[in-house]
Amino acid sequence: MPLELTTTRHNPGIDPLLHAWGWEIPVYLFIGGLVAGLMIIAGVRLLVAKPRERQAMVCCTLGPLVGLALLSLGMLALFMDLSHKLYVWRLYLSFEPTAPMSWGSYILLLVYPALLANALTHLPEAIPSLAKRFPVLLTISDYILARQRMVISIGVSNMLIGVALGVYTGVLISGLPARPLWNTSLLGPLFLFSGLSTAAALLHAILVISMKEEDRPAFADILLTSLARWSQGRGPDTSIAPILTRADNSFLTIELGLLMLFLIGLVTSTEVNAQAAALLLTGAYAAPFWVLVIGIGIITPLILQFLELQNRIRHTLAPAVLVLVGGLALRFILVFAGQESHWLRVVAGP
Amino acid sequence: MRYVMVIDTKRCVGCMDCVVACKTENNVPEGYNRDWITEEVRGKNPTLQMEIRSERCNHCDRPPCVYCCPTGASHIHEGGVVLVTHEKCIGCKACIAACPYDARFVHPEGYIDKCTFCIHRVEQGLKPACVSVCPTHCMHFGDLEDPQSEVARLLSSRAHHSLLPQTGCQPHVFYLT
Amino acid sequence: MINRSQAAMNTLSRRRFLKISASTLLAAGVVGRATAALASATTREPKCVREVPTFCDICFWKCGAIASVRDGKLWKIEGNPADPLCRGRLCPRGTGGIGAHSDPDRLRTPLIRTNERGEEKWQAVTWDEALEYIAGKMQKIKAEHGPESMALFSHGIGGTFLKHTLKAYGTVNIAAPSFAQCRGPRDVGFRLTFGEDVGSPERTDIENAQCLVLIGSHLGENMHNTQVQEFATAVGRGASVIVVDPRFSVAASKAKFYLPIKPGTDLALVLAWMNVIVTEKLYDAAYVEEHGFGFDQFAASLTGYTPEWAYPETGIDPDTIRATAREMARYRPATLVHPGRHVNWNGDDAQRSRAIALLNALLGSWGRKGGFYTPSSMDMPDYPYPPYPKPAKPKVDNPDHKYPFAHEAITTGIRDATITGQPYPIKGWMVYATNLLHALPNEAETIRAIQQLDLLVVVDVIPSEIAGWADVVLPESTYLERHDELNVELFKDPFVALRQPVLDSPDDQKPNWWIAKKLAEKLGLGAFYPWKTIEEYLEHRVTEAGLDFAELKKKGIIRGPRQPIYFEEGAPAEFGTPSGKIEFYSPQLEKAGFDPVPRYTPPVAGPPGAFRLLFGRAPVHSFSRTHTNRLLSDMMDENAVWVNADIARRAGLKSGDTVRLKNQDGVLSNRVKVKATERIRPDCVYLVHGFGHTARGMRHAYGKGASDAQMITRYKTDPLMGGTAMNVNFVTLEAET
Ligand SMILES: Nc1nc2c(c(=O)[nH]1)N[C@H]1C(S)=C(S)[C@@H](COP(=O)(O)OP(=O)(O)OC[C@H]3O[C@@H](n4cnc5c(=O)[nH]c(N)nc54)[C@H](O)[C@@H]3O)O[C@H]1N2
Ligand SMILES: Nc1nc2c(c(=O)[nH]1)N[C@H]1C(S)=C(S)[C@@H](COP(=O)(O)OP(=O)(O)OC[C@H]3O[C@@H](n4cnc5c(=O)[nH]c(N)nc54)[C@H](O)[C@@H]3O)O[C@H]1N2
Ligand code: SF4
Ligand code: SF4
Ligand code: SF4
Ligand code: SF4
Ligand code: SF4
Ligand SMILES: [Mo]
Repeated sequence: MPLELTTTRHNPGIDPLLHAWGWEIPVYLFIGGLVAGLMIIAGVRLLVAKPRERQAMVCCTLGPLVGLALLSLGMLALFMDLSHKLYVWRLYLSFEPTAPMSWGSYILLLVYPALLANALTHLPEAIPSLAKRFPVLLTISDYILARQRMVISIGVSNMLIGVALGVYTGVLISGLPARPLWNTSLLGPLFLFSGLSTAAALLHAILVISMKEEDRPAFADILLTSLARWSQGRGPDTSIAPILTRADNSFLTIELGLLMLFLIGLVTSTEVNAQAAALLLTGAYAAPFWVLVIGIGIITPLILQFLELQNRIRHTLAPAVLVLVGGLALRFILVFAGQESHWLRVVAGP
Repeated sequence: MRYVMVIDTKRCVGCMDCVVACKTENNVPEGYNRDWITEEVRGKNPTLQMEIRSERCNHCDRPPCVYCCPTGASHIHEGGVVLVTHEKCIGCKACIAACPYDARFVHPEGYIDKCTFCIHRVEQGLKPACVSVCPTHCMHFGDLEDPQSEVARLLSSRAHHSLLPQTGCQPHVFYLT
Repeated sequence: MINRSQAAMNTLSRRRFLKISASTLLAAGVVGRATAALASATTREPKCVREVPTFCDICFWKCGAIASVRDGKLWKIEGNPADPLCRGRLCPRGTGGIGAHSDPDRLRTPLIRTNERGEEKWQAVTWDEALEYIAGKMQKIKAEHGPESMALFSHGIGGTFLKHTLKAYGTVNIAAPSFAQCRGPRDVGFRLTFGEDVGSPERTDIENAQCLVLIGSHLGENMHNTQVQEFATAVGRGASVIVVDPRFSVAASKAKFYLPIKPGTDLALVLAWMNVIVTEKLYDAAYVEEHGFGFDQFAASLTGYTPEWAYPETGIDPDTIRATAREMARYRPATLVHPGRHVNWNGDDAQRSRAIALLNALLGSWGRKGGFYTPSSMDMPDYPYPPYPKPAKPKVDNPDHKYPFAHEAITTGIRDATITGQPYPIKGWMVYATNLLHALPNEAETIRAIQQLDLLVVVDVIPSEIAGWADVVLPESTYLERHDELNVELFKDPFVALRQPVLDSPDDQKPNWWIAKKLAEKLGLGAFYPWKTIEEYLEHRVTEAGLDFAELKKKGIIRGPRQPIYFEEGAPAEFGTPSGKIEFYSPQLEKAGFDPVPRYTPPVAGPPGAFRLLFGRAPVHSFSRTHTNRLLSDMMDENAVWVNADIARRAGLKSGDTVRLKNQDGVLSNRVKVKATERIRPDCVYLVHGFGHTARGMRHAYGKGASDAQMITRYKTDPLMGGTAMNVNFVTLEAET
């Protein structure tokens, strides 16, 4: 039976389609996931790394340092999204146990010291020049490294807080029952693994950039050269790159699996959820979803990294960039499509 | 005490007086709505049915907007009225995304705004502005827990529904059919 | 002033109140007392609130209103509970009336044209200059052509004093669109039958009707307040509602029977209903016997009009016609077949209205509870003015009684005379509160008439389309800022209501009484204004009636004793027809060469593939006058063309798409959005009247939506009374990209 549903409501940001959140929230969620991934990797590396091993430094020092900077950017994005900015301090005047954002704001408070501690542990080896200028850094590093239990707690706390942060970025939106697309407990793990894959990719990218001059491809020919020369087969990197690559591939695979479960879950659930999934599968967001998230963000890097691991092509920035692009696209698409998904589509009518 | 609104869709003509009155009473800025009219037409010409509803925040019993608010700005006031304390609101808009009824909006001054059940009037013994102007007398407001109240009597004697009960929010604006 | 909430006021706000009220009271002459403050939701600080009773003027229903001014700013307007018309509740337009006061597009000073007419270029002048200019021109017209060559178009109670001035000046040509463009045919049809008009407010007892038949009357969109309230009461009570409309109106959605009639064929339906009621002997035989005249001839004339005959005409199947006829009979005499109000549809309108009157007569509803009550009003003596000069010429609008049953002046008749100069030339128009370019059919003719004028004065509150053509534009204070004539209402409950200023005009706007008085003085007619201030005038009338003016100012309304309103209560069963009875057969009509009993003629057909253009009201707007009211335009700021969903689908259109309408004469409308809907028949489209403004000064409304008036290049004149039927235009949809 035909149904005409019209409303006279016309609130900015709400009608005709909800778009209360603009670019800031997806960027914030993306960075949050990325930082979470960096923390977890950093935590793990700290626990398993041999002291003063160069590769560990990238993960344990550069990663956290970059993470600290990124996190600040993410917080800035979040802050920019707030419409009542002067009252932001209100976040820390109460704790609302039912509100993921409240949890998030306190988790973010923990992220900074954890990341900092992680970075300080190996900072002198990572950036000797800095340590030379500020000898105190050496003192701190020595202090920490001399205490195995402290190293372990830093590693473990980075892992735990990272997991919390990563899951939080998903729960933040999956805790909003009004939007059927988000209405799944898989978003926490999905964003966690997407965060891990982007973090691994970012570290991988840092590694590639920090490779010795002759090993490093020129930026411009990253893609071309790697595609053209894939068959020439280069010698294996002695760096940590393969490990990261392998890790990234497993994260990507898990992410892909979670995404599929997420979609299958929606499609096989109520009509409302199925309609929400249709936004991604066939609807307005299908093209960017399939191309950017699945194609460019997961499948292509999986293949490229597989080939890298097979030594069929050399390590390049390409897969890392693609994974990062895919991760960002995933946040954008889920946030935007999610806002559009609705229990009841009411159209604005004259 | 549990304040509810009971709206008789048989009488409502969708004139929007409730919307205009809310705007003047509460200084709702131009271009924004705390309440609005929804028309639902079913059928094929000429065999049609139409339900006209004056809609607003449902002052839910299980309000996700309150649950997700990180500062406690959104809260449940006495009588089950869901309110936003402007000075606590940071404008994160989680509550907007959380409300299945799209009942909230960002006020141009930055905080989140929505229907208050005209609590400032109710506390003075008046009816909400929309209820008191409605020319068809189709809107009723009162305490559901008082079995003698008009709203309680209407709900116990007439068929009614609420919006999207499947969301589990337990909305407390009811529509008589 | 009405004292409704007496919360405590702190000293600060009391002091502030005294300051505000002292100045406002002096300025506006309002007597009263403060009521306490209402704290707003956010700031708990008490505010100073002043309440002034007055009555609304967003339409002509004149609901009693109480305006609240908070800290010197107009805050809200609510219904006056003492008013029997509004019963304490206004319609959305009345509630949104504050937007009329604060409208940024308002006219602010008098203007005199500097360029060609219609170019909307003026120079701001003082009131003295403007009135001097007008008086000069009027004297010239009087000298060259006689005072009758000055015409006044005036709509609403605000025109009272201008009418007075122009009558004193000597004109007889005064018209409002409310006759020939609105309710004229209905009042003529009922007058011919019962000897009395339906009136405004309509004497319909909707509240008590057991069965209510609405033929096009789209109550709920048409927001005439009392009627809508009573309609809701009837619906709530479970009254049987029958709605006849090509469009599934709001009222239709409340109906037990919805009859989606082919537009323009209502007379066939009414005849078929009467055929059923008469052949099945379902009518009120005693009532007809007692009050009827010529029933047998009437009954005989119905023979051919069977439901089967009506089916192909109306598209309503015979079973439904019979079922609805029996439904009406079942509840008689509490069956009200609503006479409608804006009934200029197809040119057969007075006869169709007469048929509706006859149907009511068969049901015995005239004079009965749940039908048509007998209204009464309070006795309010007129102000003792000197007599007006004797006119030298008859009225121009209806020469030789071409339309013998027109009992009010015909706007379009004055327009015709202005164009042709026959029977004598019209050289000046004074236009008060009527946007002739939206109200009269065929804009081009109106403009052609304007081009013949030596003087066009428009008194308006906003720079409307008609103001755009004026030589002199006079900015009036809105109804919230002025006094007006008393409303001595003819209604179920007699009462008198006062309009008084709530606050000052924001700029150099003046009230109509002041304009009319000053103009009279400039014309040397000061003797017609023996009073100094309007309050003096009002007080005189009220006191002469034995009422207390102070009380009226305080309460806004004084009610008189209720008279019997139904025959059964003792209201006299008198009929002002020549026979003194309900004329089923009309010798008057016969004598004038018309059908003495209604006879059906099919409506004009449109070009193939074109849709008949229908139009009506939206609840939040009045005609073409509320679209710059920011509060009301916020509810609805453009109209949409309603197109049947199947038709739209076939044309590849969906809701929200933009089209232009093109009428049978090639006139193209503004861009307008499509509303593809099941709620309308496939053979017509529908627009809410009044949108599609072309006056540039109406900045907020300019170019939004499409104007039905623009599409109405054709009209069909009712031969009985000169009404202009406008539902005879056809449009196609031109897709826009
Ligand atoms: N196409 C078409 N034509 C119609 C109709 C239709 O539905 N469609 N309806 C017909 C009917 S039923 C009627 S009753 C008439 C109505 O016709 P009008 O009474 O002419 O209605 P409006 O078009 O609103 O024009 C009113 C004018 O008065 C001005 N005005 C408003 N308030 C004040 C005031 O306080 N003082 C002064 N001085 N001016 C004021 C407004 O700005 C506006 O310019 O139109 C008839 N004509
Ligand atoms: N909100 C609001 N309310 C108003 C006004 C206003 O401006 N705004 N104006 C007031 C005034 S002055 C008037 S006159 C009234 C006018 O209001 P009404 O007298 O109630 O209605 P009309 O304008 O005659 O007709 C509009 C309705 O008639 C239907 N219709 C069109 N053609 C036909 C037909 O051939 N047959 C049948 N059966 N139906 C048809 C249309 O679909 C529409 O539903 O409204 C009054 N109330
Ligand atoms: S004021 Fe009353 S009748 Fe009008 S739309 Fe609101 S609820 Fe319905
Ligand atoms: S309707 Fe929306 S805003 Fe209102 S209480 Fe329910 S969830 Fe919250
Ligand atoms: S926008 Fe304001 S009210 Fe809404 S959740 Fe955030 S802090 Fe709470
Ligand atoms: S209760 Fe008050 S705030 Fe809520 S919609 Fe009605 S008038 Fe507006
Ligand atoms: S019906 Fe509405 S617009 Fe007309 S006078 Fe009454 S309140 Fe005012
Ligand atoms: Mo009218």
